[in-house]
Amino acid sequence: MKTRITFTLNGAECEAWVFPYETALDVLREEFGAGEVRYGCGEGVCGTCTVQLDGEVVNGCLLLAVRLDGRDVRTVRGLRSLPSAPAGEPGSELHPLQESFLRNGAAQCGFCTPGMLLAAEELLREEPRPDRDTIRGRLAGNLCRCTGYTKILDAIEAYAGERAES
Amino acid sequence: MSETRSEPGAAAAGTESMRIVGTSPAHHDFVDKVKGSLMYAADWRMPGMLHGKVVRAMVPSARITAVDTKTAAAVPGVVAVLTAADVPWNHIVERASGGLGELSVSMPVLAEDRIRYAGEPVALIAARTPQAAEDAAELIDVEYDELPGVFDAEAALADGAPLVHDAGNTLITWNIGRGDVDAAFASADVVVRGTYRSQRVEHAYMEPEAGVGWVDTSGVITLRVATQVIEHAAHLAAMLALPENKVRVISSYMGGGFGGKEDMTVEPYLALLVAATRRPVRMVWERQESILASTKRHPFTMRYETAARSDGTILAQRVDIVGDAGAYPYLSARVLFAGAALACGPYRTPAASVRARAVFTNTMPSSAFRGFGAMQVTLGYESQMDRLAAELGLPRETVRERNYLERGDTIPTGETVGTAVAVRETQRRALEALGEPSPPSAPGRKVGRGFASNMQPYGRTIWFRDKAACWMSLERDGTLLIRTGVTDLGGGQAASLCQIASEVLGVPLDRISIHIGDTQLTPLAGGTYATRQLYMSGNATLQTAYELRDRLLPVAAEVLGAAPESLVFAGGSVSAPDGGTLSLAELVAAGEARAVSAAHLGEWRAETGAFDPDRGQGHSFPDYTFGTHAAEVEVDTETGEIRVLKYTAAHDVGRAINPMRVEGQIQGGAYQGLGYALGEDVPVVDGNPQSTLFAGYLMPTSMDLPDVQVIIVESGEGKGPLGARGIGEPPCGPSAATIANAVADAVGVRLEELPLTPERVLTALDAARDATPPAA
Repeated sequence: MKTRITFTLNGAECEAWVFPYETALDVLREEFGAGEVRYGCGEGVCGTCTVQLDGEVVNGCLLLAVRLDGRDVRTVRGLRSLPSAPAGEPGSELHPLQESFLRNGAAQCGFCTPGMLLAAEELLREEPRPDRDTIRGRLAGNLCRCTGYTKILDAIEAYAGERAES
Repeated sequence: MSETRSEPGAAAAGTESMRIVGTSPAHHDFVDKVKGSLMYAADWRMPGMLHGKVVRAMVPSARITAVDTKTAAAVPGVVAVLTAADVPWNHIVERASGGLGELSVSMPVLAEDRIRYAGEPVALIAARTPQAAEDAAELIDVEYDELPGVFDAEAALADGAPLVHDAGNTLITWNIGRGDVDAAFASADVVVRGTYRSQRVEHAYMEPEAGVGWVDTSGVITLRVATQVIEHAAHLAAMLALPENKVRVISSYMGGGFGGKEDMTVEPYLALLVAATRRPVRMVWERQESILASTKRHPFTMRYETAARSDGTILAQRVDIVGDAGAYPYLSARVLFAGAALACGPYRTPAASVRARAVFTNTMPSSAFRGFGAMQVTLGYESQMDRLAAELGLPRETVRERNYLERGDTIPTGETVGTAVAVRETQRRALEALGEPSPPSAPGRKVGRGFASNMQPYGRTIWFRDKAACWMSLERDGTLLIRTGVTDLGGGQAASLCQIASEVLGVPLDRISIHIGDTQLTPLAGGTYATRQLYMSGNATLQTAYELRDRLLPVAAEVLGAAPESLVFAGGSVSAPDGGTLSLAELVAAGEARAVSAAHLGEWRAETGAFDPDRGQGHSFPDYTFGTHAAEVEVDTETGEIRVLKYTAAHDVGRAINPMRVEGQIQGGAYQGLGYALGEDVPVVDGNPQSTLFAGYLMPTSMDLPDVQVIIVESGEGKGPLGARGIGEPPCGPSAATIANAVADAVGVRLEELPLTPERVLTALDAARDATPPAA
């Protein structure tokens, strides 16, 4: 039996009819084309399915779709349009944190990148100038097999520093 | 088409001042990745698409007595159920040794009568929903007669061991060697021995195996999959009994591969389901399925004996390697060749006797994984070097410096090292970068340092006569289109080619568009493996760009009224010394007016050679990348925990095409090596994996390890484009030996088996304590 849910996805009103067993990951991908929310393990270990639910990061694979009802859902595509997003560079489609990922070479295969960005954005909202170990701790739920994390940490640190100085 | 074999690195002459090469611009794929808009294999969607599922055996060794698919086929939504009988030609072909003596063993696509590992595919299902496919999979009824199995490579070598294949358990035996080894051992001042063991490791790319297939115009079976090798299309055609031009493979940008997407993964199953249903089919492996059934890094047992003079000079090495191939051949013959060829490491070894065997067991197949046999042996030869230093009371640096290879030296295959060897510099700089020693953080903890040098080939085994092609066209508006069959793992494979083309033709990067990885629309470039893509496709791109430029030069010279050799291609135009300029758009038009085409197909061929397996001598690999890693660790003698405090990694990359990507490769490679050193393991007991959960697979998180400090050494010499060397695989080699050597330095005991878990550290400490008589 399907249930009707309504939620906002990156600011847009959405409605869906979902089975009780369907996950947020499945529904966001299959019904709403959110390819940036990715299946990596289905166990809540790797973080490639990370989304922000009312501003807090959660694993889309462990969240039943019915739980999206009435909530504000953000994926990496909604980062630029977040009310809290800084102005950034004129004309850029990217949140300045994404620009920092680009400048610092923080992505290789890119599969983990959306989750990393969402986790980092949440941290920087709560703590404007986290030290490197704090960043490490907050990214522990987002695995990366390509980069060894160093450049991801660099990108987040650099952005936090630039923001504090401006 | 041109077919030129360039002298390696020759193109570097006269290109000393680079504008684009050597910088680190963010490329097209990079922007898509941070936006989240890159479409990976599982993101593709077609109208009426079905969902494919592989039904796998859950016993490691058995005879199939019956397969009943009727109940499964009756599940609502199920469109097709296939078994071995439905496969037109039920074979996966792999001649990994290139015909140099491996056992001839058939690899079925779907098991017919025998099951040889838990996880082996038995049937396929296509259904309208993933749930229906899942439900049907559970209703496939397979009856087995379980058979005795063999689960350990050394046990499989014993007389009377159960046979995995009727032909025998030893897939191949390689012997490589030269010199009078026995005489060298007899005359040695010292001999050190060790037996080292490595474990079964999962690639654990973040993107599981996935793809979508459909029937395209003219009945072409088309697959868009996460694969390192589109050339498998030919194998798929054979399997489907179709002409080769009726199967098309497109590679999506991959979410990591590391060798695990070098053999076919979802391709044969997708192709069969598409051919049977004539409908689009998607297949995505669950992570747990990937851990259960995907190929793994070979566990090695390595027995080393090293003979030396009292000053540390190596006289000879005897090495015996047994690699667990798992149940089927895949690329094991070649992996063990690499292990044998590189077993003596970056050291002059006047006499060597190396044997390497690939042995079948009833476990999931082993195959390609970053480092490809040449990385496992690093633990062996670098542990031996430390042992030798300890035995002789010499500094570890000194013993290595006495033996490091140099240009012109002969390696155990009988080949001469032809390019610069900057391994000494990598050692010096990696150690220097460690800085001041750290004090222990608490009583009971001990700090130590270790380092390891390595040597990793780049480019395919030489007797495979490697080649790569590239097609380039300057469009009428002066933009550049590149087509080449490379596949992109995430290492910037496509992006680096754009940088090379931009350098030569002066087209700004944002005006270059590259199309990759499509067997029907891009000229084939060979797969992305063996650290060959920059070497092969980089050279092909460089050569194609040079040939296109050379063709257009006379046109530009005529229009500008200047000597061809005086013209400069940069910033989207050609300029003459007198200030005259011609935009690339104008150049294309001027060429067209003279019937000179601005499109060109180039092909680059690697050097070739032959290896004689009977003599154990011959050509092996085109060239090598050398490096050294160094670490400082703290060992808790009460818990056995190893904490890595500092880590440095230096590699000679010849010339860094994109320094930021080079750093990223080295940092990521070192981390994979550290995961392998410290915790990663896929334990298989009696043929059954202990866990297939990702949570049970201990790969490094952001909290577990320090930053990797990278030192890029540029000797300026390599056989890649503009003097570059490959850097894909080399940086995962030295990590395990680096940590083992640092632990030995910290607590005085040497661990010989990976991973270096706290339990193993404690066991070794206890054993050392028991062996030491109490002080009087």
